[in-house]
Amino acid sequence: MKFGVVQFPGSNCDFDAYHALRHAMKRPTVMLWHKDHDLQGVDCVVLPGGFAYGDYLRVGAIARFSPLMQEVRAFARDGGRVIGICNGFQVLLELGLLPGAMLRNKDLKFLCQHVHIRVEDARTDFTRTAKKGQVLRIPIAHFDGNYYAPARTLKEIERRGQVVFRYCDAGGNVTDEANVNGSLHNIAGIRNEGGNVLGLMPHPERAAEALLGSTDGRTIFESLILSLERRRPAGRRPAHRTKARP
Amino acid sequence: MIDKALLDQHNLTEDEYRLIVELIGKEPNLTELGIFSVMWSEHCGYKSSRVHLKKLPTEGPRVVQGPGENAGILDIGDGQVVVFKIESHNHPSYIEPYQGAATGVGGILRDIFTMGARPIAVLDSLRFGPPDDPKNRSVMEGVVSGISGYGNSIGVPTVGGEVYFDPCYNLNPLVNVFCLGLADKDKIFYAKAEGAGNKVLYVGAKTGRDGIHGATMASAEFGKETEHKRPNVQVGDPFKEKLLLEACLEVMDRGLIVGIQDMGAAGLTCSTTEMAAKSGMGIVVDLDKVPQREAGMTPYEILLSESQERMLLVSRPENVTAVQAVFAKWDLDAPVIGEVVEGGRVRISFQGQVVVDIPVDAVVNLCPAYNRPSVPPVPPPPVPPLDSLPVPDDLGAVLLTLLASPTIADKEWVFRQYDHMVQTNTVVLPGADAAVLRIRGSRKALAMTLDCNGLYTRLDPRTGARIAVAEACRNLACVGARPIGVTNCLNFGNPEKPEVMGQFEQAVAGLAEACRTFGIPVTGGNVSFYNDTEGLSIYPTPVLGIVGLIEDIRKLVRPGFRAAGDAVVMIGESREELGGTEYLKTHYGLQAGAPPAIDLEQEKLNQEFLLEAIEAGLVRSAHDLSEGGLAVALAESVFHAEGRIGCEVDLTGSLRDDALLFGESQSRIVVTCRRADLDGLLKSAAACGVPAQAIGRTGGSRLVIKHEGREILRLPVAQAFRAWKDSLPSFFQVQT
Repeated sequence: MKFGVVQFPGSNCDFDAYHALRHAMKRPTVMLWHKDHDLQGVDCVVLPGGFAYGDYLRVGAIARFSPLMQEVRAFARDGGRVIGICNGFQVLLELGLLPGAMLRNKDLKFLCQHVHIRVEDARTDFTRTAKKGQVLRIPIAHFDGNYYAPARTLKEIERRGQVVFRYCDAGGNVTDEANVNGSLHNIAGIRNEGGNVLGLMPHPERAAEALLGSTDGRTIFESLILSLERRRPAGRRPAHRTKARP
Repeated sequence: MIDKALLDQHNLTEDEYRLIVELIGKEPNLTELGIFSVMWSEHCGYKSSRVHLKKLPTEGPRVVQGPGENAGILDIGDGQVVVFKIESHNHPSYIEPYQGAATGVGGILRDIFTMGARPIAVLDSLRFGPPDDPKNRSVMEGVVSGISGYGNSIGVPTVGGEVYFDPCYNLNPLVNVFCLGLADKDKIFYAKAEGAGNKVLYVGAKTGRDGIHGATMASAEFGKETEHKRPNVQVGDPFKEKLLLEACLEVMDRGLIVGIQDMGAAGLTCSTTEMAAKSGMGIVVDLDKVPQREAGMTPYEILLSESQERMLLVSRPENVTAVQAVFAKWDLDAPVIGEVVEGGRVRISFQGQVVVDIPVDAVVNLCPAYNRPSVPPVPPPPVPPLDSLPVPDDLGAVLLTLLASPTIADKEWVFRQYDHMVQTNTVVLPGADAAVLRIRGSRKALAMTLDCNGLYTRLDPRTGARIAVAEACRNLACVGARPIGVTNCLNFGNPEKPEVMGQFEQAVAGLAEACRTFGIPVTGGNVSFYNDTEGLSIYPTPVLGIVGLIEDIRKLVRPGFRAAGDAVVMIGESREELGGTEYLKTHYGLQAGAPPAIDLEQEKLNQEFLLEAIEAGLVRSAHDLSEGGLAVALAESVFHAEGRIGCEVDLTGSLRDDALLFGESQSRIVVTCRRADLDGLLKSAAACGVPAQAIGRTGGSRLVIKHEGREILRLPVAQAFRAWKDSLPSFFQVQT
């Protein structure tokens, strides 16, 4: 399978995502330029972290107009896997591929630290190598990660089980104290109804090598690889198949 | 008409004016005068410091580029180099904290990528007045968010640094920003304007009226009217700089340009004249082609603007189109504004008229150097006889106060506002002795640290400066890194005051001695004088930025205890040295006495021993002793341990309990090792002539310190941790 990492002007985790996928996960990975209209036949589109267009307006608000986003929208509509990390999550919200919006963090400060997130649903293409309730330790780095949605939308998201990750403590308890940015319902990551689009604030690409302090981010990439390579028997098999879907 | 008042406005003396007339062979017009004003300012011309800086060692086998370029360059092997430098942005950060600090980051980043290196790490040395004063808090909040706003956005991790507090920085905070970049040795670029007929391209942001005379502002004392200088501070645009960074690295990587220089202090003036001077060429520039943010700017304003995020490139004519295509890809214009010519003159035209025509050599190389009068620094007030300072009854309470003192307290409130992980190279996160970054594709890693204890340098500039070097190297040794090079940021008061010049001379002498002892070259840096507001000078604060190399990242050592049951060993000797200590300042309110003595040879021996023990795999954790002495170092080793492992130690000797716990004798390190390795470690220390003593064992949930078997301190780890952790945030709690 092949990953494609989108480069907006102002993306700054694009090379990190590339490095994690290409060198840590050892999968073919290409960079996708925001002005192009070509997804280069990738199986999964990664919208990386950063400050697309400087984020001087609402975060992600300009990036959604990049030419390549038309293709990404169509790709997602056709069931293609799309993962938005941090700024990429914000862009997915602006694109309307995921519901809700981001507010500034509750303390009005940028936050860069390791957090714990609990896997709420281990049946998605992004979490199938994890167990439900498993706690992952992955860093965050954002100013606008305070997830918000109107009450009715939030109810729908919860009812459909679209919440994939919640901020929690090391023991897996979803508490106010663990909710560092003030997100509604401690939401750290959600999927779309179709289950092929995921947005999350934590950076799995920063937790893909032991030297950097955590390898919990690999679970998300391994799940994607497992999902996509299983669909294509001719493709390469994932190196790590820790836990298949029950 | 140029008169005394106009010269005063331009911070030039009458003697300097006469010299200008002589050098250029005519009376300068106002625009030309403006050019000399900035290029001959203290900030750009190093008038008061040059004669002294020559004393610093600048050579070594790794040095690819020493002082004189945008940044220093060291060879780290395998065809790679590190490019690094530190710069001050003190004055702008006091006037407008957010933008002052943000543009400080932007400026130092340009210094690094202008040489062809991708910036991979930023560190800052910050000094503020105590945070119980709301004005200081507001400056600090502004500075920290400015650094965070710029660095996070552009995607260069801010991986460490230091934050100090002292009333001497009340009206004059220090914001020193260090940046390090990585480049291939065969792809380094310089500020050259070679080859007559080559084109000069202007890239980046448009020129506006912001920042005019910023460099001159930074070369004068501040008074009560400082607020009026706000328009002199530039406004940063990290998004623009990110585009500029990517586009510049791309044209450099593709070999499309001849030379490149950023427009920092003194903007277009500085970049054109310096590039021409370095190649012995001349440059013609047409100001009508310079992209301008607003209409009606005069040549004077265009030339002296310090608008941020701008660069000047020199390219062969046949490559101009290719260069412009790369910039267009990044949505940036790259107009040709001039040409390299023979003859060593800068000729600038505006609306068809020549408005500047001067020899570049006069502007760039012939700025006068002053050996300003100096007097020896006043010796510090002595520490009162120790008998008059009783040993406190409750030493545990004293430790809690020290752990909560803002200089020692945990700085997470600051560094979690910085993205310190972007680029995914940060192996040791902020808060340790030194930041450590891996080098991809190799086993090597880079360590870096910033250091200076301003109180020591205030009390004895020479000793203080030696300690700053020694301690920075010690910080590196604690993670297993050998120092390879130094950059420095020398923050002092008004050099026209003989006592300030005396401090400067002494500090530079101390730096030179220590750098020679450690065999580390100084590859550049920055001098910031005139750190005086309302007549008060800051403490002399020579901040050292030292870069170290770890050959094998698998041998990396961290400051926190690794496991319960390990032996705790103290390397180095404790003496009765309370002068200049954080303890004396915090508990007795005294900033007095001589700073601790430093024996550089012994220091080097101790560090060398530590490095060898780390390489031999004997050391499980290492942490250096600095502010707050042994008690604070042990507490920090406990806090940095995963799961916070306590410890119990028993100290020997006849020192007073408080000197033993909180004295700041130099050259000391607390290390831990497996108990099985203890004998070996102590024996090899003895063989190397290094004092080392087993003092106790890790484990438990308490920090217990005994003196000859008598318990003198016992604190639950949780209580000590909260004192250290909660202190800084408590000043910034939102009042609801």
